Amino acid sequence: MRRWLFAFLAAAAFSAATPALAVQPDEILTDPALEARARAISAGLRCLVCQNQSIDDSDAPLARDLRILVRDRLKAGDSDKKIIDFVVARYGEFVLLKPRFEPHTMLLWLATPIVGLAAIAMVVLAARRRKSEANQAVPLSKSEQQKLKKLLDRA
Amino acid sequence: MIAETGHYALILALGVAILQTVLPLWGTRTRDPELMAIAVPAAQMQFLLIALAFGALMTAYITSDFSLATVWQNSAAAKPLLYKISGVWGNHEGSMVLWVLILALFGAAVATFGSNLPPELRANVLAVQGSIGVAFLLFIVMTSNPFLRLDPAPLDGNGLNPVLQDPALAFHPPFLYTGYVGFSMAFSFAVAALIDGRIDAAWARWVRPWTLLAWMCLTIGIAMGSWWAYYELGWGGFWFWDPVENASFMPWLAGTALLHSALVMEKRDALKVWTLLLAIITFSLSLMGTFLVRSGVLTSVHAFAVDPARGAFILGIMGLFIGGALTLFTWRAPLLKQGGIFAPISREGALVLNNLLLTTACAAVFVGTLYPLLLESLTGEKISVGAPFFNLTFAPLIVPLIIVLPFGPMLAWKRGDALGAAQRLTAAAAVALIIAVAILAATKRGPWLAPFGIGLGVWLIIGALTEIATRVRVFEVGPAEVWRRLRNLPRSAFGTLLAHGGLGMCVIGIVATTAWREERILALKPGEAADIAGYHLTFDGVAPRQGPNYRERVGLFSVTRSGAAVASLEPSKREFTVERNSTTEAAIHVSWRGDLYVVVGDALKEGAYSVRIYFNPLVRLIWLGAVVMFMGGAVSLSDRRLRVGAPRRAGSRAMPAKAAA
Repeated sequence: MRRWLFAFLAAAAFSAATPALAVQPDEILTDPALEARARAISAGLRCLVCQNQSIDDSDAPLARDLRILVRDRLKAGDSDKKIIDFVVARYGEFVLLKPRFEPHTMLLWLATPIVGLAAIAMVVLAARRRKSEANQAVPLSKSEQQKLKKLLDRA
Repeated sequence: MIAETGHYALILALGVAILQTVLPLWGTRTRDPELMAIAVPAAQMQFLLIALAFGALMTAYITSDFSLATVWQNSAAAKPLLYKISGVWGNHEGSMVLWVLILALFGAAVATFGSNLPPELRANVLAVQGSIGVAFLLFIVMTSNPFLRLDPAPLDGNGLNPVLQDPALAFHPPFLYTGYVGFSMAFSFAVAALIDGRIDAAWARWVRPWTLLAWMCLTIGIAMGSWWAYYELGWGGFWFWDPVENASFMPWLAGTALLHSALVMEKRDALKVWTLLLAIITFSLSLMGTFLVRSGVLTSVHAFAVDPARGAFILGIMGLFIGGALTLFTWRAPLLKQGGIFAPISREGALVLNNLLLTTACAAVFVGTLYPLLLESLTGEKISVGAPFFNLTFAPLIVPLIIVLPFGPMLAWKRGDALGAAQRLTAAAAVALIIAVAILAATKRGPWLAPFGIGLGVWLIIGALTEIATRVRVFEVGPAEVWRRLRNLPRSAFGTLLAHGGLGMCVIGIVATTAWREERILALKPGEAADIAGYHLTFDGVAPRQGPNYRERVGLFSVTRSGAAVASLEPSKREFTVERNSTTEAAIHVSWRGDLYVVVGDALKEGAYSVRIYFNPLVRLIWLGAVVMFMGGAVSLSDRRLRVGAPRRAGSRAMPAKAAA
């Protein structure tokens, strides 16, 4: 949400134009199928001058340039993957809102499953330990036995 | 003079907080009841002093005393009163004062209402709470003095960031902070129990209401932020997986898990060690949220000032408290005796599963938020982790949680009857499935999973109702008996109903608006019209207008539906004069089907304007659901069993309780 401020700053810094709202009417492709693909691709690409905002939501001029670039490539008949590869080649992996699975992002992707599995293991181990503890009931000592006998006799 | 009094009060509060930390701890070591009892007036005094400082700061804002640096930076004479008040916490210094004010308020509440707590526990709790106060008061006094004077005093201030000048956002920080800081109670109780080496059901009975209160406020605080983003950002999104949002969402997830595990501890004396750990984790996440937002690590509207000294200071506080608490935990937790055994299929088992999924989901958010920061600081490599990552990792954990959720309350403690619960829930499952299939048949278009998402929400709501219905035996006894049983049900049962039902409403709202929102992006000239979701909107042109501290250009739209006039909508674009900044104000027509959302943008060629129209089906359910969850918490909090103090265990160590009090 707070990217709005940043968007303003970016807009102010990058051009004298007043900020506009994300996708503009003149950008939209006439072919709805192609436009839908453009929107889907845009939602996964980061606006590089914004705070964690996709180019689909951003009103920064750079985001507009990228949106138009994506649409131009679509019109030229490129596949989604080819377009994304092209943008990554040009702007680096930082542009992807969903990082690729690579050595330096391996931990990012695997951390959650690892935590989940570790948590399951912990629960299972704790349950086992408790069960075995419960089974190993400590026998009563002599004095305790006498006490018990006394109580039972009284009843 | 008022400002100096405030500054002085803040420094005095620091001194009192130091006494509140040291003396009671010394007292519990030496078994000196008088020293332990000092905690009570100290906590109350600390609160009064901080309240005085806060009052002084607020006075400066209301009277527009621009000789104070923060007032000059964040306020302006022409600003409406509400935003002068909210301006107090709309900046770094003021928001930290609010932080410690709420911290001290919780401490004072325990001091005042905690006369039935074991005196040692109370002394330790207040000492720990005091130590958090020491750290943050020191932080304010040393790096973020809100009472800094300017000489000569400027004539007018710089004003508040226009996007923050909004009623929902005015109250977003107090709620959020009450949530964040409220978890300090659970933390202090946890650390006190570790210091003491003892913990019992009474502990959980004390911690639960405080945690519940914090959780309620956090829920509303997050919902307010989301609601604000929805109408203020101009395109109707409600959640962005933004790092700052995540910073508040993580304590919420952990806090939700804590509420449930504390329940097991209170009722069954089990999961003690885990509950303690969770209490520490939850507040640690709150501290981390404060660090992320306040240190300037993240650039955002929230990071008011970027000052490396402040970041390092909060990082130090964080390290000290989290590290200290975890060290204490590893050292002392093995001393705690484990209680109650239970079968895997039981209420306890279900709550363990709840905790498992919630904490793993929390871990997913944690990793996604911190990984890019860490990677960049370690290797310099920059990556982005955005919504697609979170949707992919978070959703697979939450969906199973929702599926099993209605089973939990149906299972008995110790050993539950899964088959019986399944039988009782058959109707709920059937209704959910029928609704899902009906939607699938009616929409006849993707996304194919969405109807089942709606089904999940319905499943939650009807499942929660089934639980109450089963408990009052709706289908077995007459209406008079049902009524009698309903009245005899503990309020917490209704709290559960509302909290789980509210979650169901959220799920339905999120799924519906994500899957079926409609959008028109157009260049409209005056007189032209557009159609969306059965509405017909005519653009009647634009008009200039003057507000209290802004000028705006209003777009005029008349809306009809099947020929009948429905509404006239006036979205605008505001130019704030003092702040030299602009905001886009959406106009929203609310109906039970959903929101019609209109935004007007810039003038284009040939007299046309860029116009965006959205229809967001059932989107209100998201925030309505949060409000219902809040109410669930409130109803549960009003339960008599929570208000009555836990019975003291007979034969516990003889303490001259009255003398201590």
